[in-house]
Amino acid sequence: MRKSRGVKRSRVEGFFRYSLLSFVAFTALVPAYIMFSGSFKSQGEFLNSPFGIPDSPSFAGYQSAWTDNFPNWLTNSFLIVTGAVVMTEILAALAAWGFARFPFKGRETLLGAMVSLMVVPPVVLLIPLFQFGVQLTLISTLRLVILIYVGLMLPFSIYMLTNFFKSIPESILESASIDGASSFRTFRSIVLPLSGAPLATLAVVNLLWAWNELLLALVFLQSNEKKTLMVGITGFQSRYSLDIPTVMAGMSIATLPLVIAYLFGQRFFIAGLTAGSTKGE
Amino acid sequence: MKLASRKTATADVTRRQRSAHSSKEALYWIGPAALVILLIFGYSVVSVLISSFRYDGDWVGLENFEIVITDPIFLTALKHNGLLLLAVPVLIILAFILAVTLFETRRGMRFYRSAIFLPYILPIPVVAVVFGQIYQLNGALNIFLRSIGLEPLAQDWLGDPSIALGTMSSVIIWKEVGFGVILMLAHIISLPNETYEAARIDGAGFWRTHLSITRPAILNTIVFYGVIEAITMVSWVFNYVYVMSNGLGGPGNATMVSELYIYRAAFQNKAPELAAAAAVFLFVATLILMVAFFRIQRRSIAGTFNK
Repeated sequence: MRKSRGVKRSRVEGFFRYSLLSFVAFTALVPAYIMFSGSFKSQGEFLNSPFGIPDSPSFAGYQSAWTDNFPNWLTNSFLIVTGAVVMTEILAALAAWGFARFPFKGRETLLGAMVSLMVVPPVVLLIPLFQFGVQLTLISTLRLVILIYVGLMLPFSIYMLTNFFKSIPESILESASIDGASSFRTFRSIVLPLSGAPLATLAVVNLLWAWNELLLALVFLQSNEKKTLMVGITGFQSRYSLDIPTVMAGMSIATLPLVIAYLFGQRFFIAGLTAGSTKGE
Repeated sequence: MKLASRKTATADVTRRQRSAHSSKEALYWIGPAALVILLIFGYSVVSVLISSFRYDGDWVGLENFEIVITDPIFLTALKHNGLLLLAVPVLIILAFILAVTLFETRRGMRFYRSAIFLPYILPIPVVAVVFGQIYQLNGALNIFLRSIGLEPLAQDWLGDPSIALGTMSSVIIWKEVGFGVILMLAHIISLPNETYEAARIDGAGFWRTHLSITRPAILNTIVFYGVIEAITMVSWVFNYVYVMSNGLGGPGNATMVSELYIYRAAFQNKAPELAAAAAVFLFVATLILMVAFFRIQRRSIAGTFNK
């Protein structure tokens, strides 16, 4: 017999459930469909039948989107995201280990204060960081943006990894310290190999955030060839206002890496995004 | 016997040594990350505070704050952030309904879950541009409404100042609801099986069961989601507004929000001191949310350490 999870269900109820879910799923998917199908249409076809399947699919939109500064922007986005995610991973893992293993006075308060920094609106940091960037002539350099992203991603990352490191059983670590391993060696050869899943989860969450970030990239990367993909395509709308398929093609290219990552790593997305909640397990 | 007691004594000494060394060691581990955080957050917050009291290098007291708080555009922006907060209860209720519905569904549950979660991972600039097209006067939504005979419902969704903000918040709800569904669903699934035992025996219906059992059981998560979304509405709506209104907060100031106001003051009107003052106001507003967040997180942090 099938184990029933919730309450008894009737047919009518089932009908309503599936209608609701189908309606919501449809609403969730339609914009992505309009974008993707629209990228293969002509301007006229897009305007007249936004819901239809493309009559004679054309790649003209992709061609004109790609010939813009697109390859440059894509490279910048890859470099920034990779740099920021890797650095965050390293710094956060070190700090989280410090919080998890070495009790000191005010540890909870310090961690709590760090974590609540997640709430500070990035726009508050914008002006001073911009002036800082001007003084050091770092505007329109990827380095500065990477550094800022790392700073903004650290609070959540440290919080998440600290929670995980706390859950590693003491006995495993004790055996290492009896063997006389230094704390760094314990960390590198015992803790890190155990942390594959949380590190991957964290990488996915941070990747998602950094790939999609607009405000800071907009302000700090002003020269056209230094822009990230999100900044670049935001300008598409006004530049190609008479050529929506090109806009949609640009959007599709910008979304594709994420959707592929999502389809293959859905588990990590879901694990990572629920990791910050306070559910009392 | 002797050996055993000597062993304990050594262990005692090492433990004591370890805790004496421990705060110093913690510093090595935490230091690098703390340095970056201090540079990005500490430096910025302090220097924003200082520049909000200055003009052209001179100390001007509260003048910047007076200018900003009497600027009708800033007040409009604040009001709009307040109105956007009204979307939070909508999000909570929708997410709860969808989470329990998914929980009760077996066939196709994974598909529906993936579909409902998809909007959350899409880039906001992309979402905003695509919805900008859908909401055009002759865009997809109005074409759809006309085709099913609901012509009178067709609107200039983003061009009409009286509904533009509502349209904008519908996009935010569309994108953010999946996050709540995933959070709540994960918690409901983790509830022990006995939770629903009594309800099953009583023969309680769908809604009674979930309102009186599920809701209190996952209250933590609901509150967490509510706080996160409140933060979103106050301090992370820039991307939507910037893209959908072409950076203007229009039509008129119908979709002006405080982040955009600060951005425009600093980079379009070249008045960084006013932007700083407005940023301080926004920061104070988020401080309240921060305290709420800190409390929730701290409770769970303390819980982790006491395990």
